[in-house]
Amino acid sequence: MSFAHGTTTATTRRTVLVRSATIAAMAAPVTGLLSACAGGTGSTSAAPTGPKSADNPFGVEPTASLDVYFFEGGLGSSFAKAFEAMYQKKYPSAKISADGGQNVTGDLQPRFNAGSPPDFIFDDGAQKLELNVLYTNGQLTNLDALLDAPSIDDPSQTVRDTLVPGTVQAGLIGTSMYSLNYALTVYGVWYSKTLFAKHGWTVPQTWDEFTALCQTIKAAGISPWAHQGKYPFYMMVPLMDMVAKAGGEDIMKKIDNLKPNAWHEEAVVQSVEAIYSLVSNGYMLPGTEGLTNIQAETAWTQGKAAFVPCGSWLEQEMDGITPAGFDMAVMPMPQVAGDAMPATSVRAVAAEAFIVPAKAENPAGGLEFMRIMCSKAGGAAFALDAKSLPVVRGAITPEVAAAMTPGTKSSSDLIAAAGDNVITWNYANWYPQMETDLENAMGDLMAGRIKPADFITQAQAAADKTAADSSIQKYTRT
Amino acid sequence: MRLSKNLRKNLFVTAFLTCPIALYALFVLWPYLETFGYSLTNWSGLTPPTKFVGLQNYTELFGDSVFRSALWHNLLMLIVLPPVTIALALFFAFMLNAGGRAGAAGIRGVRGAAFYRIVFFLPQVLSVAILIIIFQEAYRSDSAGLLNGIAVKLGLTDAAHPLGWLANPNAVLWCILAILIWQWVGFYMVLFSAAMQSIPKEIFEAALLDGAKRGQTFLRLTIPLLWDSVQTAWVYLSIAAMDGFALVANLTQGSSYGGGPDYHSEVLATYLMRNFLTFGKAGYACAMGVVIFAITLLLSFVMLRFTRRDSVEY
Repeated sequence: MSFAHGTTTATTRRTVLVRSATIAAMAAPVTGLLSACAGGTGSTSAAPTGPKSADNPFGVEPTASLDVYFFEGGLGSSFAKAFEAMYQKKYPSAKISADGGQNVTGDLQPRFNAGSPPDFIFDDGAQKLELNVLYTNGQLTNLDALLDAPSIDDPSQTVRDTLVPGTVQAGLIGTSMYSLNYALTVYGVWYSKTLFAKHGWTVPQTWDEFTALCQTIKAAGISPWAHQGKYPFYMMVPLMDMVAKAGGEDIMKKIDNLKPNAWHEEAVVQSVEAIYSLVSNGYMLPGTEGLTNIQAETAWTQGKAAFVPCGSWLEQEMDGITPAGFDMAVMPMPQVAGDAMPATSVRAVAAEAFIVPAKAENPAGGLEFMRIMCSKAGGAAFALDAKSLPVVRGAITPEVAAAMTPGTKSSSDLIAAAGDNVITWNYANWYPQMETDLENAMGDLMAGRIKPADFITQAQAAADKTAADSSIQKYTRT
Repeated sequence: MRLSKNLRKNLFVTAFLTCPIALYALFVLWPYLETFGYSLTNWSGLTPPTKFVGLQNYTELFGDSVFRSALWHNLLMLIVLPPVTIALALFFAFMLNAGGRAGAAGIRGVRGAAFYRIVFFLPQVLSVAILIIIFQEAYRSDSAGLLNGIAVKLGLTDAAHPLGWLANPNAVLWCILAILIWQWVGFYMVLFSAAMQSIPKEIFEAALLDGAKRGQTFLRLTIPLLWDSVQTAWVYLSIAAMDGFALVANLTQGSSYGGGPDYHSEVLATYLMRNFLTFGKAGYACAMGVVIFAITLLLSFVMLRFTRRDSVEY
């Protein structure tokens, strides 16, 4: 399942986004099955290799056949055809056999058990193969070789240099990357260009401009801000964006590493107060603290509210509901004076795992297939055919952008402007119980039931509780 | 050798019972036992349990304030749901079957009884998924919600200050209870109606001839004669009150299995699921499951014991 697509509910998306443990728990029975296969004989035939060169860093044997498998879900399957055509063009004598479906585990587990997995897999959906399980059983190819290989577009750069920051991190198991998370979700604050043009409002850059505009919007009889109150993690995103921008890498490390008093840092305090001022100044859509994602976002498309915080799946989610000519666009959280990170910094998360099985017949071909995906042409094909953003930098050329829908184009501009300033948080993935406590506090804050000081006390208590609980596995942000 | 007739009969019965009992043991009893076993470990749900922790999960459980409030919410539902549902269901069943004016034909229900029967039963026909969608819109917290729309029209509030319903910590559990009652009244009304129809009409007619009013007929005749059905209803509703998972998990605030705002609608089942799947505390969740099992068992036992009366033969 892909959170770039509107068919998933907030709960499912949430599950994918920050609760990987949930799915991993359900996969427990699968562990047994796959462990069994690890003991199997596997394929012993040596993978065919050709001579390595700058143009062929993995030593692909040009005549070796390539066997690829694509999950067929919200992203469609036409982008797969485009990648295959690119590979075929490079190696005309290679026979490409392509397969795909919705039940990845059902289709591929027998092949893993038989020791003949495909050379390349797009692993997604409700029945996806669990990467941790595959990794534990030695079934995954280490993709560091891909990251260190020269980029197709500019051999002076490595593939690693061409990826949006955070991509490598998203695919790490231990210290190496084992999955290429190829689709990018960008988070920001959404508005309608049409509505803004109609009222002559300009997109605010700074927090002061933003609050002044909120006053103007309210005076025009529109609620400045709507949010998906039933799921408070939506409001955690703008808050933690502001925190990251104010305190930079320093505060991100302190919070992710559960340092004492991290939530009492000035970067947090001023951000919580800023977010709460939207409530205390009456800038909220009345009742938004109880709305579902669909209800709140629908009210926003109806022009009842000017801003809504969301990820780049919003356009797909509101497909068919958004009125024609709405022209949605996304902006970063406005900048506060003294911020440690630039105004253009945004949160972006790489997802949708692509892997090369270790026991494949032609793993070099699988790696080369990925290198092609990481070219600008590959990224452009993905953007156009899958209507989603790739993690490949510079893939969205003006010609590609011209063919994109307004929301996707705006997300693409947002991440391009951010450059290296990508915000990532890990605590929600690592410590789901702490995240739940934070979300409860956020729900109360947005309903005006608690004050910023209470929120900070509760947040620090949640972090301290997690730090003190020896039964919770700890991770370190470095 | 010929087996005795008795032994042959027993073998015959045993042969038929073996299969269902084996299935029951494999799919019901064994998982219960396994849950109990897991509740004594530090199982994460991701990997096999690594440590036997004894009763630690249970001691931790009773010091857990969220668990205690979830337990309290279930008990509150237990106190409210069965009596209110049964009282309403009995009242409706009586009105539909014997509440009408006595005519030449004797006892009958109020006018339009057939129509009301369908209307009251309707919620039971709808799947929980549909109920959730309906009530998501009914309880919607902005002025576009059904109940808020009515409240605004009646002048109880204005569009800028809609009522929170499920987003209001003091109202959320009552909102959920209202759905449960609405959902179950129709079913028990039909159950009680069927039971009432099996009561011979002569008894009611005799009471009428003796000058009994509707209220007297209801209290003195209907209820005693329906006692078995009421008892059954009480047990089933108690079990329903100990659950509430689907409505709370889908309608209330919170990303994984609802329970909000800030645990004000948390029930045992939602807290169990969150611990099991979201927090990766599967051993702890199993301990919760065992406690819920024990409470439900105890309740059913107590209910049956205290509502035992001599049933009236007719």
